[in-house]
Amino acid sequence: MGQAYSAGLTVTDSIVLRKERILPLKGKVLVKKGDKVKAEDIVAETLLPGKVIPFNLANKLGTTPNLITNYLKVKEGDQLKKGQLLAQTKGLFGFFKTAVRSPTDGEVESISSITGQMLLREPRIPVHVKAFIDGLVTDVIEKEGVIIENKSAYIQGIFGIGGETFGEIMMLIDSPEDVATSDQIDESCKDKLIVTGAMAPYDLIKKAVDMGVKGIITGGIDDEDLKKLLGYDIGVAITGHEEIGTTIVSTEGFGNINLAKKTFSLLKQFEGHKASIHGKTQIRAGVMRPEIIIPIEFTAEDLDYKQAKQTILEIGSTIRVIREPNFGVIGKVTALPEKLTNVESETKVRILEAELETGQKVVLPRANVEIIED
Amino acid sequence: MGNEQLKKIIATDCGSTTTKAILIEYIDGEYRQTIRGEAPTTVEAPLNDVTAGVINAVTELEELARLKYNDPNIKFIKDDQIHLSKPAEQKDIGVDAYVSTSSAGGGLQMMVTGVVAKMTGESAERAALGAGAIVMDLIASNDKRPNYVKIERIRNLRPDMILLAGGVDGGTTKHIAELAELISAADPKPRLGSSYKLPVIYAGNKKARDLIKDTLSKNTDLIITDNLRPNLESENLGPARDKIHELFMEHVMAQAPGYNKLMGWTKGPIDSELKNIPIMPTPAAVGNIMQTIARQQGIEVVGVDIGGATTDIFSVFTEEHVFNRTVSANLGLSYSISNVLASAGLENILRWVPFDINHSDLRNMIKNKMIRPTTIPQLLKELVLEQAIAKEALRLAFVQHKEFAVSLKGAQKKREIADAFSQSLSGETIVNMLTLDLLVGSGGVLSHAPRRNQSAMMLVDAFLPEGITRLAVDSIFMMPQLGVLAEVSEKAATEVFEKDCLIYLGTCVAPVGKYKEGKTALTAKIELPDGEVFSEEIPFGEIRLIPLDVGKTAKAELKPGRGLDIGEGKSQTVQTELHGGVVGIILDTRGRQPFVLPSEDEARVANLKKWMNELDVYPKEILE
Repeated sequence: MGQAYSAGLTVTDSIVLRKERILPLKGKVLVKKGDKVKAEDIVAETLLPGKVIPFNLANKLGTTPNLITNYLKVKEGDQLKKGQLLAQTKGLFGFFKTAVRSPTDGEVESISSITGQMLLREPRIPVHVKAFIDGLVTDVIEKEGVIIENKSAYIQGIFGIGGETFGEIMMLIDSPEDVATSDQIDESCKDKLIVTGAMAPYDLIKKAVDMGVKGIITGGIDDEDLKKLLGYDIGVAITGHEEIGTTIVSTEGFGNINLAKKTFSLLKQFEGHKASIHGKTQIRAGVMRPEIIIPIEFTAEDLDYKQAKQTILEIGSTIRVIREPNFGVIGKVTALPEKLTNVESETKVRILEAELETGQKVVLPRANVEIIED
Repeated sequence: MGNEQLKKIIATDCGSTTTKAILIEYIDGEYRQTIRGEAPTTVEAPLNDVTAGVINAVTELEELARLKYNDPNIKFIKDDQIHLSKPAEQKDIGVDAYVSTSSAGGGLQMMVTGVVAKMTGESAERAALGAGAIVMDLIASNDKRPNYVKIERIRNLRPDMILLAGGVDGGTTKHIAELAELISAADPKPRLGSSYKLPVIYAGNKKARDLIKDTLSKNTDLIITDNLRPNLESENLGPARDKIHELFMEHVMAQAPGYNKLMGWTKGPIDSELKNIPIMPTPAAVGNIMQTIARQQGIEVVGVDIGGATTDIFSVFTEEHVFNRTVSANLGLSYSISNVLASAGLENILRWVPFDINHSDLRNMIKNKMIRPTTIPQLLKELVLEQAIAKEALRLAFVQHKEFAVSLKGAQKKREIADAFSQSLSGETIVNMLTLDLLVGSGGVLSHAPRRNQSAMMLVDAFLPEGITRLAVDSIFMMPQLGVLAEVSEKAATEVFEKDCLIYLGTCVAPVGKYKEGKTALTAKIELPDGEVFSEEIPFGEIRLIPLDVGKTAKAELKPGRGLDIGEGKSQTVQTELHGGVVGIILDTRGRQPFVLPSEDEARVANLKKWMNELDVYPKEILE
């Protein structure tokens, strides 16, 4: 039987992390096993094939496709310079020649005497992969990339937008339920990862982008604000590629939701430390969640990496409610009755009983909680 | 088929998350589905072997069978695989056939091409969808993208295979050659594994075959088959569809972990000989059972499967039993729920909600469901909202289906030249709700709604059936397994479909046409089996529910209001038998073509409450 509850997000002051930093295509690895790297260091690079530029040579020459081979000045595979002669008709008595020149630097990909098409390929595009986290190169995958490990304080977010970035953590709030305002954004926030509390209001985000804030860490985010920021409604949760000028990591979900206490105190504890974050979220197949990674001191012996183990829901487990009512509230499991039970919506589900932080005793569908590791 | 030697059959469906196994037994002269088991699918780490999940699910079947028959000797698994019994063996050991479908690993993902998007392109899309694929993109010579964009797109998609179609036989070869050149320039790589070349099926203009070979045989695994659009007036989708299935087995399945082993297990007696039964893509199997049922019973069917990420709609219409399938890739109720909001708009969702809700809260609720897709509505209000969203997802998916299911369909169907050029979205859909006989819903929100009445209302509101239509849900989504089972025994598949697969909700009667509020739209006289007679002149804008149990029928005389139609023509009275179900007979005079909800909130909410109360859809307290 499939498990009925969500695995929960990791929030911990110390974890051994392992990050694969792999090129999209084979290329060159620039570091070696045992090297210490900084998040901003380039660890591997490659050249992606350039764009293909198709154009109809026969038309340009004013001839039929089957005749173009008579006029070619280049062949498949030739390297090209912009403006180089590709083909030229013989003209009349040496006059009225039609010449076609390359619109780009690159290479001749193919020439077709059936369609008259010529395909050129632009020069290759260099791609760099950065280390993303401060750490130790523990393995090199030849021509593909590296494995970097470190010890970190670590917070998994639930949803984010924007790519990888790093900076110093800066708290704009004093307690997990506070919400920072745009007035608090000033020059001192530049290049920082700011923590804004239970929400990151739209005007704050706008001002943060203007001020050059690297990243925003927030409990909740309002969907309408998000739509305004992006200019479109997110349909399917595959994010991380947005370019709004900063990266946003929401640790709790949509709406005004207090930061989990543990998340707040970790961020507070590491205020001023360098952290790496990204907003990449993918809910389907190959689940990916945003991350906040705060590297801490370690020695090579500390790097005893363990596969994340499946958390188990049992009496005493700390849980977070992830659906109304009591959305976002933390509690402890007090009983796990086996039999299917009707909840208010008349849905028959497996339930658990829990005592919430507020002291309230509740019955919840198991599907509506996630486990928080203590 | 004469497969009386089939006494026990196991069928599995290996989905992306769950592997579901059912046991079908021949008991007292009929086939019944007796036991089911399930286990998580194991195509990912750490197991990386689909057969582990199959064995787990079948082990559950075995254990449950032992309990049910109080027989500890029952054994389906031997030497770590599903055991196919030999004639000499005792009856407890093994089964007579094992069949399976699969959608694990994201199913079959294809890219298709055509010269003209609305002609050969549409035919290619139909062939791929009918074979159970997800069509990632249709590249056509006449789509508006510049060639370099098309090349980038082909390169980035990484499909499992490409169906290269275009041109009628004997026509110009230039465009199809150009499409082949684009594919060659993109040098696409298959999605799974880089150890093999990307399969490309060529099903276009016969005359261009040599050109295509020259362009593509070096870099791709090129397979040539008959043109799927040999001329403008006919389609010939069969050969391309068969090739897709062959390649699905050879390439896609063979790349998925453990499938080579599983392919060796799926066997059954065909013509008294134990033969391999190919694993089918799940949607292809669903199409198979729907066509079988439609053909055998001579009915028109629409089936829908609404999932977390996608909604599939299948239909069989016209006397030729033309089959169509569409996949609405981003309409679903968890992963894609936010896209339903984006596509339908907030107003369309809210029109089904009989209470006030803060718009911002609703938006955030939908997004929270997207990022935590496995949660379920605990509060009644949230259930009502999710079902409102479901109605919109179903409605939009059906709009797409109707636009796609246009008149040129199926192998060898002839049509006039004049029609060929208007094959477009111009309302030539073959989906005719007035002649539709059976509407089947499946997927969590429909199959597991707390009240079956909710499933019935979702189907009626989203699909707006016209005239007389039976409603059903597939309780445990058994259609895939039955679809592949039909390959071994049609009899077993259809008997189980009738008796165990469908839960009949009842019958919906809906006069077509617009009327004035309050004027009699339907005069119904229904004689129930217990002798009671329901008789009413029902005004326009109402719903009535008359309970009638599953398996029961009632004699009915249905007289539509003047100008309204319930299937026999305008103003024509219909004498018929109505079938019951767990909900009963629904008389719906809210109007069709158009169906309009009041625009003022107060009137709309009052109407919704009235209808929901009448259908007993939600507890009274939320409708007060």
